[in-house]
Amino acid sequence: MIRFDRVTITYPDQGSPVLNDVDLQIPEGELALVVGPTGGGKSTLLRAINGLVPHFTGGTLSGSVTVAGRDTATNRPRDLADLVGVVPQDPMSSFVTDTVEEELAYTMESLGIGQAVMRRRVEETLDLLGLAEFRDRAMLTLSGGQRQRVAIGAALTAHPRVLVLDEPTSALDPGAAEEVLAALQRLVHDLGITVVLAEHRLERVLEYADRVVLVPGGGRPIIVGEPAAVMEIAPVAPPVVRLGRLAGWQPLPLSVRDARRRAGDLRAELSERQRTRAQEDVRPAPSIGSSPDSSPAPPRTEAVTVATMSRADASYGHVRALREVTLDVARGEIVALMGRNGAGKSTLLSTLVGLRGLDRGEVLVTGADPASLSGPQIIGRIGLVPQDPAHLFGRDSVDAECRDADHDAAAAPGTARALVEVFAPEIDIAQHPRDLSEGQRLALALAIVLTAEPAVILLDEPTRGLDYPTKERLAAILRDLAAQGHAIVAATHDVELVADVATRVIVLADGEVVADGPTAEVVVGSPLFAPQVAKIFASGTLGDVDQPAHHVPLTVESVRAALAVAG
Amino acid sequence: MSVRQAIERPTTSARRAPRRPRLLHPGAWWLWAACLAVAASRTTNPLLLLLIIAVCGYVGAARRPRTPWARSFGVFLRLGLVIIAIRVGFQVLMGAPIGTTVLVTLPSLALPEAFAGVRFGGPVTLEALVAALYEGLRLATIIAAIGAANSLASPARLLKSVPAALYELGVSLVVALTFVPQLVGDLERVRSARRLRGRPTSGVRGLGGSAIPVLEDALERSVSLAAAMDSRGYGRTGTQGRVTRHIGSAALLLGLVAALIGCYGLLDASSPAVLGIPMLALGLAFAVAGLTLAGRRSVRSRYRPDPWGLPEWGVAACGLLTASAYVGAVALGLSGLTAPVDPLAWPAVPPVLVGATLISILPAWIAPPVPSPLGISPRHVSTEPHASAGPRESAGDRGADTPRRPEPQAVAP
Repeated sequence: MIRFDRVTITYPDQGSPVLNDVDLQIPEGELALVVGPTGGGKSTLLRAINGLVPHFTGGTLSGSVTVAGRDTATNRPRDLADLVGVVPQDPMSSFVTDTVEEELAYTMESLGIGQAVMRRRVEETLDLLGLAEFRDRAMLTLSGGQRQRVAIGAALTAHPRVLVLDEPTSALDPGAAEEVLAALQRLVHDLGITVVLAEHRLERVLEYADRVVLVPGGGRPIIVGEPAAVMEIAPVAPPVVRLGRLAGWQPLPLSVRDARRRAGDLRAELSERQRTRAQEDVRPAPSIGSSPDSSPAPPRTEAVTVATMSRADASYGHVRALREVTLDVARGEIVALMGRNGAGKSTLLSTLVGLRGLDRGEVLVTGADPASLSGPQIIGRIGLVPQDPAHLFGRDSVDAECRDADHDAAAAPGTARALVEVFAPEIDIAQHPRDLSEGQRLALALAIVLTAEPAVILLDEPTRGLDYPTKERLAAILRDLAAQGHAIVAATHDVELVADVATRVIVLADGEVVADGPTAEVVVGSPLFAPQVAKIFASGTLGDVDQPAHHVPLTVESVRAALAVAG
Repeated sequence: MSVRQAIERPTTSARRAPRRPRLLHPGAWWLWAACLAVAASRTTNPLLLLLIIAVCGYVGAARRPRTPWARSFGVFLRLGLVIIAIRVGFQVLMGAPIGTTVLVTLPSLALPEAFAGVRFGGPVTLEALVAALYEGLRLATIIAAIGAANSLASPARLLKSVPAALYELGVSLVVALTFVPQLVGDLERVRSARRLRGRPTSGVRGLGGSAIPVLEDALERSVSLAAAMDSRGYGRTGTQGRVTRHIGSAALLLGLVAALIGCYGLLDASSPAVLGIPMLALGLAFAVAGLTLAGRRSVRSRYRPDPWGLPEWGVAACGLLTASAYVGAVALGLSGLTAPVDPLAWPAVPPVLVGATLISILPAWIAPPVPSPLGISPRHVSTEPHASAGPRESAGDRGADTPRRPEPQAVAP
């Protein structure tokens, strides 16, 4: 169906090609997963399928890309619109009309499909993707998951034979991501559509893939094959695969179900170890302030509360975004804020940092109401790294941003740059901040925020668009900062990050706190928020009494540590 | 609740059989509003003008769709107030004095010879102020009519009904329009970013620092939208010979030039008659031919085009009746169109024009009810308060009556 024949793509302002001599064939009706590190050329590969590269983006493409026999050299993206449906990374930026129904019809209108056919297909698509109740809604009023489904639907109504999606679940909470993936699987199974999908969160999508295309980046040859085979050598791998590598399982497990069926021995061994060390916590991370009688290994800092919220209410127009939220955050804690899209996580962060006021209740950050502070006073107490870190930037080079940050915080010149050096030494300070990779942008934003040495650091969805190595680097940085006595609050959908670094988890639903406790206790009991490793090792039903939550390992590293002790 | 009841009452009381809720053709609403604007432009009578604003407001409240766009009427009213204020302000500073009732005399500025016709400062008369107020109100009424059309049918919907040949122009306007609310969001976001970095968020410095990131974002979004539109088949063209294409463009161009000359001839009384209506008709014919030829090139089809049915005819007819009454009144020299300013007097209210204006309130009943966003027809929503209010009222009446009824009986024996 899709055929890359010796394709080399070079962008004009870059010396080396992004993709070098790529040969690739994706047969009809397959779900191909494109994986690889950030900036490795995944998006370029996807965009070459419908000819956006090079027709739209510029650059040179040698070799040929054909889709169902049509060459992209002679067919512009618009000429392939009946064959290839594209769902871009940010669906909001791709919407042409303002209501769901019209958006679904847009491509068909461009193709000149008859009215009766359009009506029927729009209705079918509304049902297929569960969008019927939103048909007249304006795009701006939809949640992230709904927008993503509308974007998929808008591509589907034209009955393309190929569907190309760039990170379809990166902005979604675990529940919404499963909805979208279920819809995609249905398309592949029932309609025989060929799906090409790029995604960083492999733990979500790997089990659905028929074929994995590994784009290692740096112009190195791509690797195509069965998921289990490619995962043996992939530099990016979800926890379930890393656990498989650790345990030496062949072939590698791709889903939690695979792994559970094989984990019997390992599980028995681990619980044996735990029984002998009954008092010892498997997880290396301390759980501060929550379970004082357990004896965590590292020396605990004094539980100094730096931020509190009491009975806080906030609203957007008629929607109450926060209801009676009461919480406190102490130095050295890493608090993960979870909950579905629109549950109030971002609102909570913006009230903490004083961007929005409260209707009722009180917020105190190191003893002062953040909304009443401004300038250096606020950034010295609490800092927020927004969902898109680039929103913090306004200058044309990293260096200028750093100097601005020193100036804003009245810090010694060079403070921000030193932090950038620590977080991401490879950044060239003359670069434009928009040219940085996702991970580098996050590092720069974090450096800017930390220049003022705030007691509390807030992060909104920090792992969006990050590959596994970058995520590990972020986790290490966060642990360091917590050890230095910063309090960290991160709103995130990324259950693996939470399992890795969080000491405490707060779950929000409809603006209310529905759970607040040590990570293990909160996530192990939840089918949606449990990390893969916990799902594999939880015995019987989740949250079983026989197996206290803190005895369930949450990450591959904790399994490794436990085995090392056992070994 | 009260707003909703106010909105729904006309629909439920005026109609026997339930009508299927649908949105009226945007063209009908814009035509109706344009007619009201024409009517407003023919009078300075403040009472008639206020009546027109009231009609716009009432119909707008009754039949606006449940979309974020629809709440813009208030913005247009406020814009009207600003216009009145500016008009009056200019009159105070620079207007020529009419009448004799001097309210205050401002220090006047002697201007050089070159500005002989311009006056600055000097006496401010009540008559001149009132005249300025009326003129400002007339402009504000026109703005209100546009505002009503805007909330009844968003311009984006109107642009979807443009002829196929103008589709691409239409879509770029639609995209530009949807960018405005997003730009507001961007500005808000950049302001919060400035706060997060501990910088001033207001004032000239705050604003200047916001401009570049906002523009960068807008540019980035435009590029990704363009990519998405390209991938979705925007700009696909059918097969058409070059000759036909050129003939189409030439006809369109010629037609527009002819129409322009025609308009000039029509407005300028001294030009020969042949340059008037005949030229305009010729121009329009050419333009239509050009559009049709160019439209054939497009392969687009339209999903659920807005139908033009009886209600559309009705709404348009109401607007046209009102407008022609005003235009006719001007032609016949009917009194009451201009409010007396010098000497100042309370304006008369010509009943014919009041009647003609009130015709335009009928669309509040003629137009079908708007669909509700949840897919529940507004009838269901509206019956609920009515149904609950009904029994309570009658129960209350009975409750008030029953104790009274025995009294006469007791007196009778």
